[in-house]
Parts: sequence; C-alpha cells; structure tokens
Amino acid sequence: MTVLSAHIDGIAVLGPGLASWSATESILAGRAPYVPARTILPAATALPAAERRRAGRVVQLVIATGLDAAEGAGLDPATLVSVFASSGGDGDNCHELCQALASPERQVSPTRFHNSVHNAPAGYWSIATRAMTSSTSICAYDRSFSAGLLEAMVQVATIRQPVLLLAYDVDYPFPLRAVRRIPDAFGLALVLVPARTGRSIVQLTMQLCDAMQEACEPSDLESLRIAIPAARSLSLLRLIARRERRTIGFEHLGSTSLSAAISPC
Amino acid sequence: MTPTLLTHYTATTCLGHGMAPLIAALREQRGGLVPCEFETARLDTYVGVVAGLEAEQLPRHLRHYDCRNNRLAQLGLRQDGFLQDVEASIARVGRRRFGLFLGTSTSGIQEAEFAYRNRDAATGALPVTFCYPGTHNTYSVAAFLRELLEIEGPTAVISTACSSSAKVFGNAARMLQAGLIDAALVGGVDSLCLTTLYGFHSLQLTARGPCCPFAADRDGLSIGEAAAFALLQRVDRPPAVSIALLGIGESNDAHHLSAPRPDGLGATLAMQAALREASLEPHQIDYVNLHGTATPSNDRAEGRAVASLLGAHTPCSSTKGATGHTLGAAGALEALISAASVAGGFMPGGINTSQADPSLGVEYLTSTRFAPVRRVLSNSFGFGGTNCSLVIGRLA
Repeated sequence: MTVLSAHIDGIAVLGPGLASWSATESILAGRAPYVPARTILPAATALPAAERRRAGRVVQLVIATGLDAAEGAGLDPATLVSVFASSGGDGDNCHELCQALASPERQVSPTRFHNSVHNAPAGYWSIATRAMTSSTSICAYDRSFSAGLLEAMVQVATIRQPVLLLAYDVDYPFPLRAVRRIPDAFGLALVLVPARTGRSIVQLTMQLCDAMQEACEPSDLESLRIAIPAARSLSLLRLIARRERRTIGFEHLGSTSLSAAISPC
Repeated sequence: MTPTLLTHYTATTCLGHGMAPLIAALREQRGGLVPCEFETARLDTYVGVVAGLEAEQLPRHLRHYDCRNNRLAQLGLRQDGFLQDVEASIARVGRRRFGLFLGTSTSGIQEAEFAYRNRDAATGALPVTFCYPGTHNTYSVAAFLRELLEIEGPTAVISTACSSSAKVFGNAARMLQAGLIDAALVGGVDSLCLTTLYGFHSLQLTARGPCCPFAADRDGLSIGEAAAFALLQRVDRPPAVSIALLGIGESNDAHHLSAPRPDGLGATLAMQAALREASLEPHQIDYVNLHGTATPSNDRAEGRAVASLLGAHTPCSSTKGATGHTLGAAGALEALISAASVAGGFMPGGINTSQADPSLGVEYLTSTRFAPVRRVLSNSFGFGGTNCSLVIGRLA
C-alpha cells in the first residue's frame, strides 16, 4: 500500500464557536470548554475594493483561513499551490441565480453568474494574494474534505512543493436549506510541506484502506462534525491538538476509507 | 512527468454520438450549432445540442441521479465500445485501484432551475421530487458513474469552470504517479441549462450567430454540451504506436473573475509548464488546439500568449465553431480531438471564421490541413482565472 506523507506547517480554523486554530486547539485538547456560537467571518480586506464588494461569505472564509495558515507556515501565499475543497460552494449566490432564472424577466446579474463557478473562491484568493500558481477546486459532496486532503497529499508527494488545502462550507438560505442542511460556515486551511521545517507542527501520513469507522467527537462537536462536510476534519484536528499518535479513519467513498496518523515534530 | 497512456476515448457532442461523426465533421469542416430553441430560453444566439437525451433512461436503481447531465454522461459512456473498455480495465486492475475524475461546471443545475419554477405557492418550498445530491450538486456525475460502474478507487469532481475536464487528466496522472491507482476514467460532462445561457448573455459574451473564433469580427461564444471520456493507464510496456498525455501545466491569472489577463501571462505560464513537464521545446509542437472561445478579450489574450511562446508559424485553430463551447467538458473534448488529430494526421480547420484576425499574430487554420501530427498543445481557460494546458502526442 502506498503511504503518503507530509508535514503540516500551518493550520487555520474558523467555525461555529471556533474563532481560530489556537482557540480550537485548546478546546480539542480539553483545556477550554466548547461554547457554540455563530461563525464570525472577517471582511476580506486583502481584496481590492471592487472585488471585496462582489465577494460572498464563502470568499471571506477562504481568504481569512488561507492567509492565517500561510502566515503560520511562514510562507508567502503567492507561492503556494492550492487545493480548494467544498461540498457545494456559495449557497447564497446559487439561490439568487435560481430565483432570477425563475422570474419572468430572467435578469441574471453578471456578478452572480461569474460568482457561481465552484472555483470562484480560488479566483478571489488568487486576486487577493497574486498567486499565479496551480490551483484546483474539488468536490465529493459530503466527502469533499477527505477528497481534498487526498488530492493535496498526492500533490505534495508528486510535485514536492508546499500545498495549501482549503476545505470550507457555508450554510444555504431558504428554500435550498431544506434540501441541504448545513447549519453554519466552517473553514479549515492546512499548509502541507514535503519535508520537515522549523515550523512543522506534526507529520501526517495517509493511505487508502478498507472501510474504517470514523472517529467521533464528544457531543457538541460531534453534531458539528456531522452537520458540515468541512468539519469532518475535526477528528484530524483533535489528533493534532493532542499530539496523539493514533490512526483514524475517514470514510472516503463506499467501501474505501482513508486512514490518517500523525506524529508530533 | 511519466507519460500516461491514453488508450481508449470517446466523445458525444452536437456533431453526433461517438468519435466518428465528430472526426468526420472536423475533417470536412462541418458544424453542429443551431439557433437556440433550448427549453424555454429565448435568446438570440446559437447552441450545440446533443440529440437523444430526452429518451435516455437511467437504470431503475439509479433514478435519483436522473437529470440532463447524467443522461448525457450515460449516453456518452456507451459510444465507441468505451463502456466495455472501461469494464475490462476495472476487471484487470481491480475496483480499488481504478480512479474516477470528472469535470463539470454546472452539473445538474437544470433540476434546481425547474424546482425554483415550481415552488409551493404558499410556503415557497421546493418540490419534494427535487433530489439535490443526485442532480444539482457538483459531485453528482461522479457519484452516478461510480455507482453505475462499481468503481471503488479515489473519485472526485474537479469544477474549475471551463478548465475543469482538462485538469482531471492531471489528477489521474498524479494518482498514477503516486502509485495509488493503476488506471482511471477521466473526462468531462456539461449540459445546456438556463444558468449558462442567460449568464453568458448577461455578460454580453454570447454570439448572435455561430461563433467565429479568432475572426476580426468575432462577437462572442456559442454554448454547447458534451460528454468526453478517456481511459488513462500507466505506461509499463507501451504498444508500438500509442498516444499519451505527455505533460500538463496549470496556472492562475490572479486578475479578474470573468476577464482574462490582457497580457496572456497566465496562459503563457500554463503552456510553459506543460512543455516543461513533457520535456519539449516550443518548436516541437505541431499544432495548438486553442481555447478559442471567440470572445474578443479571450482570443486576444490567448493569441498574444501563443504568439509569444510558439511564434507566429505554429498552426492552430479552435474547434468551438463546430462543437460550441462545451464549458466543463471542453478540456476533455479538446484533449480527445487532439488525440484524434495525432492518430489521424490532420489539423482541424476552424469553421465560421473566413479570415483570421491579423492582429492576433498566429497561424490560424481556416481549412483543415492533412499532415503528420506528433504533438498537440491543447488549451483550456476559465472563469476565476484558471488556466490548463495539455500536451498530447505520440510516445517517442
């Protein structure tokens, strides 16, 4: 079995009651209680004013977490290859578009249209950071985080360069909310590097394996982990927070899982 | 990179089902675009429509995936004996060692368009028949084919607008290189919907007539739909005459969501990276299958990039005048046209363009040239500033 390996040099998290990686780390390590609260997204000040006006919450989420993780890794975001993973992208924008198309006039906003592409967050990220590097935008519905993580690990293994993984989901407005029940925004960014550096937090190894049961979280965080696809990352983040040498599984798809293990640096 | 064998492929477009009608039309310079009468769209533009999707039926146990995009995927998969080739490959390498990587931009969003037109008058709720994960969600086409073909290896949809299904060749090539899989089904499926028709219209990017790429009087694109699939396998003992993916280059414009960098730098970086991966010099490219959407700014930026990197005398053309711009399927479709061009020794003449815009500075073919073709560079660019170039050619 092929084992993929990378070092994690930067981590950023934003989610309900999870205001930063350091706050999340304390909660996951059991040093602080988890207090549920709505996700607070900072304005995307890295974007030029014109783009900032057009950018939705999903863009705020990726720019905030991406910049934070790159800074933690001590790397210029413009140099990072990126993998964007989301289960569905920008629900607010999608709703507005579908609503406009259902009206008699069918007056579609050009900005709504170009924001509707799954890679719109990647486009805004590249404008904000001036990154002209390779970037991909992946989707595997509820398994988008593990699909993105696998792709990022494969890229580290093959191109031997630092890769930024951004996994993110935002809640959908009515009436889409009824068919896609995501309660709030959650975003994770990881900087994965091919070899250990002075900034390395843990080494991550991964492989494809037979179906494995996923590690659950204690009550409050478990409902969050299940409800938001990007929050499936919480079990990995818990290992990192506790520097715990244990192998956990991520259901990938059907009978195949991904097993992941960390070793502290 | 290690070349990845492109052993079997098929495409279904407005020119017909399977490779034969596509290749014949490109060689003979016939197009498939017709005035737009798609669904309830009333727009003064031309479109490329795949025939037969209304009659296509998904297997009973997979009906929750039923939408135009997945019907197109299933219809496309059946052509050219491709389904049998895929099943044979899965049997050979094993379900776990077989990957599935597909590109789409709009997936089955048409079902959401229908649902929004049929909301409950009192509550505003969407109809209960609307199946979001099976249709509208970006992943639905891969979920559908994964179940249909009983694939158990790594699976994902790449959705980067109009470069989506060029980029999936890279996903598969990297997974092969990393040793996670031994073969993969890659491709793109994108289908007509009101979102793209009215969306491109709102940006004033749709042409009134059939689109005319690289013409001085080009006035926008014509939207098409397609399913294009390829089977990629590792090169162990390549057959004597074989076609392979030799290199892939990816970049970002970092400029604007819907307009290309005027200097074409993002496109240049992608082409350079593809050549570097293929260990080729620019003069070793025999033909360029351009992205060539026929919008004034796209063709200008691409012309500038191609001319600066490959010079003014490398033959190039866009096949979108014949097929329309098939968006998330365009990258794979044009990779396969490139493979057919190498296999058949022809460079398709771009249609609808009587005279190429001299200010673009490239050798744009307006008639098909029959000559040996060893290596093709195929460009795919998209919204969000995404760029992807593939080098397809004979193994040396």
